[in-house]
Amino acid sequence: MKKTSAVRTKSHKSIGARLWEQRYLFLLLLPALVWVILICYAPMTGLYMAFVNYTPKGNGYFQDLIQSPFVGMDWFEYFFSTDFIKIMRNTLATSLLTLLFSFPLPILLAICLNEVKRPGVKKFIQTASYLPYFISWVIAANIFITFLSSDGVINQLLMAIGFTDEQILFFQHGPYFWWIIAIANAWKVLGYNAIIYLAAISGISQDMYEAADVDGASRLQKIWYVTLPALKPTILVLLILAIGGVLNTGFEQQLLMGNNSILDYSDVLDTYAYRYGLKNGMYSYGTAVGLFKSVVSFILVMGANYISKKFSDDNSALF
Amino acid sequence: MVNNKIKTKKPVSEIIFDIFVVIFLALVVIVCVYPFWNIFIISINDATDAIRGGLYFLPRKLSLASYKDILSRSTFLHSILVTLARTGIGTPLAVLATSALAYVLSRKELICRKPLTLLFIFTMYFGGGLVPYYMILKNLGMLDHFIVFIFPNLISVYNMILVRNYIEGMPDALFEASKLDGANDLVIFFRIVIPLAKPIIMTVALFVAITQWNSWFDAYLYTNSQDLKTMQSILVEILNQYQTTAANQAANRAGQNITPDSIRMAATMVATIPIIMVYPFIQKYFVKGIMLGSVKS
Repeated sequence: MKKTSAVRTKSHKSIGARLWEQRYLFLLLLPALVWVILICYAPMTGLYMAFVNYTPKGNGYFQDLIQSPFVGMDWFEYFFSTDFIKIMRNTLATSLLTLLFSFPLPILLAICLNEVKRPGVKKFIQTASYLPYFISWVIAANIFITFLSSDGVINQLLMAIGFTDEQILFFQHGPYFWWIIAIANAWKVLGYNAIIYLAAISGISQDMYEAADVDGASRLQKIWYVTLPALKPTILVLLILAIGGVLNTGFEQQLLMGNNSILDYSDVLDTYAYRYGLKNGMYSYGTAVGLFKSVVSFILVMGANYISKKFSDDNSALF
Repeated sequence: MVNNKIKTKKPVSEIIFDIFVVIFLALVVIVCVYPFWNIFIISINDATDAIRGGLYFLPRKLSLASYKDILSRSTFLHSILVTLARTGIGTPLAVLATSALAYVLSRKELICRKPLTLLFIFTMYFGGGLVPYYMILKNLGMLDHFIVFIFPNLISVYNMILVRNYIEGMPDALFEASKLDGANDLVIFFRIVIPLAKPIIMTVALFVAITQWNSWFDAYLYTNSQDLKTMQSILVEILNQYQTTAANQAANRAGQNITPDSIRMAATMVATIPIIMVYPFIQKYFVKGIMLGSVKS
C-alpha cells in the first residue's frame, strides 16, 4: 500500500467540520457500508452458532440464536471423531492434484506462447486458452459428464488406441473423481493463470536475451538461464498463495459432477458443511465445520501472504 | 509459427523443442475449444441419429428440433428473461456501488480511511460461512425474491481494489483543481472519475456481467419459485436428470425426434453462445484487468 504520510493540512479543523466537508464522500460510501454490514459482518454473528445447538423456533434468526443452548466444543469434537479424516483426505487430495496440473501447466503455456513470434497466432492461441474460464461450472460439468460418459469421446479415444478394452465408468470410481475435479479445475484456469506469467515474461529486459545470443545460447538454454530465473519470484509468490488456498478446493464442481455412489470421495469441507448445515438441517454442525475451514484458511492465507512478502522485494505481492 | 530466423543449421535439440512447442500449443487449443465444438455439432444433429454415436467433427444429419423444443418451453424462455434481468440490472448497480466505494477509499483525506479499507479487505479472507449467511438472507426477507440476485452481488472487494488502484493513479491536481472550482465529491465522482476510469470500469462491468450470467447456486439455494429460475439453474435441473443411453433410446422409440441428451446439448449451447458472442469484447478488457490486478500499487 502507498505510504499514507499525506500532509494533514486540515487537521486543525474539528472532526465535525471535517465530517461535514466529507458528507458527499460518506453518501457515496453508504451503499457499500450497508452491504458490508448485512452481507459480510451479519453472518459472522453466526460464528456463535457453532458453539450452540441452533434450533429455529420462528422468532427470527437473532432471537433463536440467543435462546439456543450452549454446547461448547461439542460440534467440533463430533466432527473430529467422525468424518474429519475422510473429509480432509478428500479436500487435500483434490487440492494437491489440482495444484499438480494447474500450477506447472500455465508456466509451460506462457513459455511456449512466448516462443510464438506471429502476433496473430499467439493471440488466437491465447484467446482459445481462456475460453473455459468464462463459462459457468454448470456448462463445464455438462461437458465433462458428456465427454467422460460410457460412450463419450474419451472412452472412444481410449478404446481406439487400445488403452482399454471396455468402457471406463469414470464417475463410479471414487479416486477417479479427485483426478476429474483436478483436471477440470486446471482446464478452467489454464489460460487465465498463464496471463500473469506472460506479463512477467514481457517484463524481462531484451538485453538479457541479446547477451545470451552473444554467448551462443540455444533457445532452450535461454529459457533455462534467463526466462525461468526471471519468473522465479512470480512462481514463488503464486505457489505460496496457492498453498495458502489449499482448503478452497471447489464447491460447485463437486455438487455438479458428484453423485451419491462416490460421496465418500467427492465430499470436501465446503460441500460437507453445506450438506449437513442446510440440506440436513444440522445448522450448528454445518456452521462448525465451516468455521473450522474459515479459521484454518485464514491462518494459511495470512501465513502465505507474510512469506510471499518476504520473497517479493518490490512490493509486487498479489495482495 | 515458431521463431525461424535460422542462422546456420539448427541443432536437433532446437527442432525437438519446436515440435514440442507446436504439439503442446495445438493440444491446448484442442482441449479448450473442441469440447464446445463437439457439444455444438451434437446439438444441431438429429437426435435419433446422434444415438448411434460417432459424432466428432461434423454433424451427420442437421436438425434444429432440440432448439425448437427448448425455445418453445415457457419455463426455459422465462429463465432466459430472469438471467437477462439479473445481468442487466445487477451489473450497472454493482459497477456503480463498487466504483463509488473505490473512489471514497482512494481519497487520502477520508476520515478513518485505514480502518474503513480494512473493514472491506478483511471480508476477502474471512467469512461466517454458508449457513449463517443463509440465515441472514432469510431474516432480511431476501429468500425467494429477485433482490437476492442483486444485493449480495453489489460489491466485489477484489473489483473494488482494481478500480481504487486505477483512481489512485490519477493525478491529484485533477481533484484539487475541481475542488477549487467548487465541485463537490459527487460531481467529481460522476463527472470526472467515472469517465476517466472507463477502461477499468468496463473490465469490472464484464467481470460482474459474466458472474451474473453464470451464477446458478444462488438461484438453486435461495429461491424456490419457478418464476425465479435462471437459465443456469434450469441447466442444472437438466443435468441432474442426466439420462443413460438406454433412456435415450427408450425416449426415441416413443416416437420423439428429441432425446433428453439432445435437449441437454441444445440448452448448454443456448447458455454458451452469448458468452462466445461477447468474447471479443471480454478478452480485450480482460487481459488488461488481470494485468492491473496482478500488480499491487
